[in-house]
Amino acid sequence: MKFMIVGKASAETEAGALPSQEVVDNMHAYNESLTKAGVLLTAEGLYPSSQGVQIAYSGGKATVLDGPFTEAKELIAGFWLIQVKSREEAVEWALRVPVPPGHDGVGLQVYRVFDAADVPDDSLPPEERAREEALRERLGADNPTT
Amino acid sequence: MTASDTHRAIEAVWRIEAPRLIAGLAGLVRDVGLAEELAQDALVAALEQWPESGVPRNPGAWLMTVSKRRAIDLIRRNERLQRNLIELGHRLDLEEEPPEIDEIEDDLLRLVFTACHPALSMEARVALTLRVLGGLTTDEIARAFLVPESTVAQRIVRAKRTLADRRVPFEVPQGAELAGRLSSVLEVIYLIFNEGYSATAGDDWMRPGLCADALRLGRVLAGLMPKEPEVHGLVALMEIQASRSAARVGPEGEPILLLEQNRARWDRLLIGRGLAALDRAEELSGTLGPYTLQAAIAACHARALTPEDTDWVRIAALYEALARMSRSPVVELNRAVALSMAYGPAAGLELLDQIVAEPSLKGYHLLPSVRGDLLFKLGRLEEARAEFERAAGMTRNARERALLEERATACRNG
Repeated sequence: MKFMIVGKASAETEAGALPSQEVVDNMHAYNESLTKAGVLLTAEGLYPSSQGVQIAYSGGKATVLDGPFTEAKELIAGFWLIQVKSREEAVEWALRVPVPPGHDGVGLQVYRVFDAADVPDDSLPPEERAREEALRERLGADNPTT
Repeated sequence: MTASDTHRAIEAVWRIEAPRLIAGLAGLVRDVGLAEELAQDALVAALEQWPESGVPRNPGAWLMTVSKRRAIDLIRRNERLQRNLIELGHRLDLEEEPPEIDEIEDDLLRLVFTACHPALSMEARVALTLRVLGGLTTDEIARAFLVPESTVAQRIVRAKRTLADRRVPFEVPQGAELAGRLSSVLEVIYLIFNEGYSATAGDDWMRPGLCADALRLGRVLAGLMPKEPEVHGLVALMEIQASRSAARVGPEGEPILLLEQNRARWDRLLIGRGLAALDRAEELSGTLGPYTLQAAIAACHARALTPEDTDWVRIAALYEALARMSRSPVVELNRAVALSMAYGPAAGLELLDQIVAEPSLKGYHLLPSVRGDLLFKLGRLEEARAEFERAAGMTRNARERALLEERATACRNG
């Protein structure tokens, strides 16, 4: 299963303030531990919303609005995309994010990401299962062109 | 948090902590089987205590402390370990500082090599690796490999006993031995991956889950052995193959071959990761190893935005290098297809004619099927028809047989 851990923005991140060296080091160690556990797919930090735009729709028309965005508590400052075995494992990793002390309120959100590998297929009728068997044989385990 | 919530949280902690916990314990007691049992005891203690006390702030350290305490109890009672008592007494100091990261990494790598030791059967290597490194339960392994749980449990018990009886040292082999042993490790991981990959749309979610387990193990190994090109090669191969999961099977469960797949359904993130791993493998390697070569072939397809963009000349050359390294009829067959795509059907046919008598390909329906296709393209319809009919008689798949018979009829009608 894939999950996205989203780090919420704060007044500081929106102001573009650079985090302290300690915060940077802690984040680096955290990312390292995700990598070493083989679960990290990608992680990115975001610039303040002043560098982005919003696109608003009205009556079928799109309007581009320059940042910064209002509603600061809805903003995000970065994300991790991880591949794990369960929702609980994603939560456990999220709990280990080194959020600096003094942060109040929602700091992280964990979303489940659509993943082709998730789809359980126990509803497969017998003839399709037979087809699947044939597919296995036909593809050949060591054939990289499948 | 309800009791079952805590239960699931403990499972999650276990998945994250088990490999390092077992590796650290095996580093202390020098016995993978014993380490695994000690770790299991700590898990049981967590299941008993955490629903009451809550999950501790540092669950990994908690589990380690409990395991060590249990190890000391065991040593006091167990004469088998008496001879190690004095040395262990020092190393098992409960108040000690947590071990350095590098130390854990070393133990983890030793655990990889011990679990994949050639003294064990391939089934045992796979089961033990998934258990101690993948954090899978016996039940999960059994479901993934479609065997009874008792079989898996037995395999693991026997594997641990073999390691202890043969006094298999808990270490990473050095020098010339390393290459051979590393290939056993890579083989185990790739076998796990293929078990899942060949069943991507299978009837149990556990089997596709094996792809993810293998990828995770591969990524962990790449972190532990960053200088070994074939480790990155294998990771690259798995990432790129996994990127195609969503495109390989149609809505009716029918297989979709590579060139017919909807490339928009390929996972670009995994392709990007695969190509990056391939770059690392190529940078580190003088001569590309078999996994890196296969990854390079997979990368040629991944880089092509449409099937027409495929660099068949390069694929043919990569297959030739692969054939030189490990010549197999299946590789030759793929090489023939690549040659025909790169240089025309006659070039492919020439190679096929050299392997047509290969005993190991007797009864392999893809050989006459591919040969028929090349003959058809060359306008040799009568010969093509005979090959399609031969292939139709060999395949056990009704759908495929119908397709081959259709092609045979088309040859007759010119």
